[in-house]
Amino acid sequence: MATSPFEFRDPERAKQLAQAIRRWAPPHPTKIVHVCGTHEITITRHGLRSLLPPQLSVLEGPGCPVCVTSTAELDLAVQLALEGVVVCTFGDMLRVPGSRLSLAEARAQGADVRTVLSPAAAVEVARENPGKEVVFFAVGFETTAPGTAAVLLSSPPDNFSVLAAHKLIPPALEALLGLPGVEVAGFLAPGHVSTIIGVEAYAPLVERFSVPVVVGGFEPLDVLYALALIVRQLSQGRAEAENAYPRAVLPQGNRKAQQLLEKVFYPAGAHWRGIGPIPNSGLAIREEFSAWDASVKFDLEGAPGEEIPPGCRCADILVARAVPTDCSLFGKACTPTSPVGPCMVGSEGACHVWYRYGGKPEL
Amino acid sequence: MSPKELSQDRVTSLHGAGGELMGKFLDVLILPRFPLKKAGPVGLDALDDGAVLSLPPGQPVITTDSHVVKPIFFPGGDIGRLAACGTVNDLAVMGARPLAMTLALIIEEGFSIQQLEKILDSVAQVVGELGVALVAGDTKVMGKGELDGIVINTTGIGVAARPVTDAGLAPGDVIIVTGPVGDHGFALLVAREEFELESGLESDVAPLWPLLEPALAAGGITAMKDPTRGGLAAALNDLARKSRVGIEIWEEKIPLRDEVRGLAELLGISPYEMACEGRAVLGVRPDRAEEILEIITRHPLGEGAAIIGQAGEAHAGRVILATKVGGRRYLEMPLGDPLPRIC
Repeated sequence: MATSPFEFRDPERAKQLAQAIRRWAPPHPTKIVHVCGTHEITITRHGLRSLLPPQLSVLEGPGCPVCVTSTAELDLAVQLALEGVVVCTFGDMLRVPGSRLSLAEARAQGADVRTVLSPAAAVEVARENPGKEVVFFAVGFETTAPGTAAVLLSSPPDNFSVLAAHKLIPPALEALLGLPGVEVAGFLAPGHVSTIIGVEAYAPLVERFSVPVVVGGFEPLDVLYALALIVRQLSQGRAEAENAYPRAVLPQGNRKAQQLLEKVFYPAGAHWRGIGPIPNSGLAIREEFSAWDASVKFDLEGAPGEEIPPGCRCADILVARAVPTDCSLFGKACTPTSPVGPCMVGSEGACHVWYRYGGKPEL
Repeated sequence: MSPKELSQDRVTSLHGAGGELMGKFLDVLILPRFPLKKAGPVGLDALDDGAVLSLPPGQPVITTDSHVVKPIFFPGGDIGRLAACGTVNDLAVMGARPLAMTLALIIEEGFSIQQLEKILDSVAQVVGELGVALVAGDTKVMGKGELDGIVINTTGIGVAARPVTDAGLAPGDVIIVTGPVGDHGFALLVAREEFELESGLESDVAPLWPLLEPALAAGGITAMKDPTRGGLAAALNDLARKSRVGIEIWEEKIPLRDEVRGLAELLGISPYEMACEGRAVLGVRPDRAEEILEIITRHPLGEGAAIIGQAGEAHAGRVILATKVGGRRYLEMPLGDPLPRIC
């Protein structure tokens, strides 16, 4: 069935959904957290917050993959680049500040840092430069990790390796629930990640914490529909994992992609910028692939560096404890052209999105 | 040296050196292309140190611009058409009838003379159509690699009965855009082939004076701007800031071609930040809005023109976008144009 994305912007339907949300929303201050930069872009760009009742807030948590990459991981990539290794990564990662240098600054000092659109493109760089070591700095959630797994399973050349900094969403959601001052009433779960892990992946979280989790798509009506399902659960005293994006997400997810991940990686503790260590929230490379594991190959050990610059509130913004306009630097000392913290660098970071698309004005 | 001989040639440093070859270059390539060479006693054909103008009554308006565009030839136009239109359009949106223009060419050594002729033809076509005199010019040649192809600098002179500024918008004024936005920016983006995309989209580059002249004559236009770099979003923010009014824009009314809509979604680039080269944004007194819109839509260049919003007292200096799904947000001043080298 061919559908135009513009059918998901019908103003009449949007109005009905907004009415439903107002009807079901609890009368007291209620916070829904999403963890996806694309959700933030949809919400902000279409001005969806202005359709919600005032007591209902929707905040971005740790949804921007480059923002949550720890300085320890980033510093390793910078170190490799300065030592003469060709470092390939996604474009957004380049300007994220490390504890001393960003990858872009390392490049300005003569390091060979390249942006790629896929892990496979990094393998190509390795094949084209047989005399050089090429490292793919692998960041991103469950959506991008299978691509990394696939290249490791395809017998890449010996001069290729992966610096694995992938992160997993369900452990991050669980971590947010344990943080003081965050108080999540429900999660709008990310559609892209959920195509891989499925709706079932949220079941343990829902059971343990009695918190509604609804998977949502990325058109304005998708987001409004998912929010409506969350507040309906709240109004009925239910807590379930629901799928508001069935045209893309299966209950069990993408088994093939899950098998790829399983073959190549195992869950390991990971450090999230602004949050700290979260058990089993990262993906380490299994021993049989250690020939392509940059941390083994180059005997790397990360040391925690300065995560958040002074005055910057990214640490609170990344856990949905604050919104960008709560930060005194936002839009003044900190803009996308001269960002202070990671949330203003990543194009999926809450600060960047609010700056570009007009935030949440009192209109 | 015949035109044919020249056209097989390439530009050399001697073409800009002021000697014999430069003289021939002017005689063969430049002068014959521009029948209208003066707007007063001394014009281009005098090859004097400057032009002397006699301007008709009204307030003189002057504008200058340097034009860099990549690629130099793009769907719907080239750097010559862009330079000429950019210049006369800046005058037109000041409410001024364009009368005269200067043309300075800075060319990279080795540039094809055949391509240069095409570019000059494009300039000649625009100024010829409008009756604008080419009154002065200059040619410089830079070494290979010191410049990417060609850069054109122009200055335009016009006369306005009543200049229209960016600061004239008053609360209640209606906002009109004269056609679909974002065509130029997206046409260039596709032409650069960085994304391996294809589209039938062409730049909207066109001279606006024939469209705006009857609208200005009808009266009621309070502010005008051509949404070039930074597109509609930059133009509206400029108007709101300088006029100290708030502007509310109704997203569903903003005219967009399907190709632009699709490319914008695909690439995640706001169509409101993409440049136009043949559109104007107008502020019009509310009682005159329907009539002005009708005058504009009567002209072929005004096809798709629409009322897209209204100025108000609230949120002075800001632009508010009422989104299609019923949400509201600020339409921010773009950080910079999403594409460099577009105009």
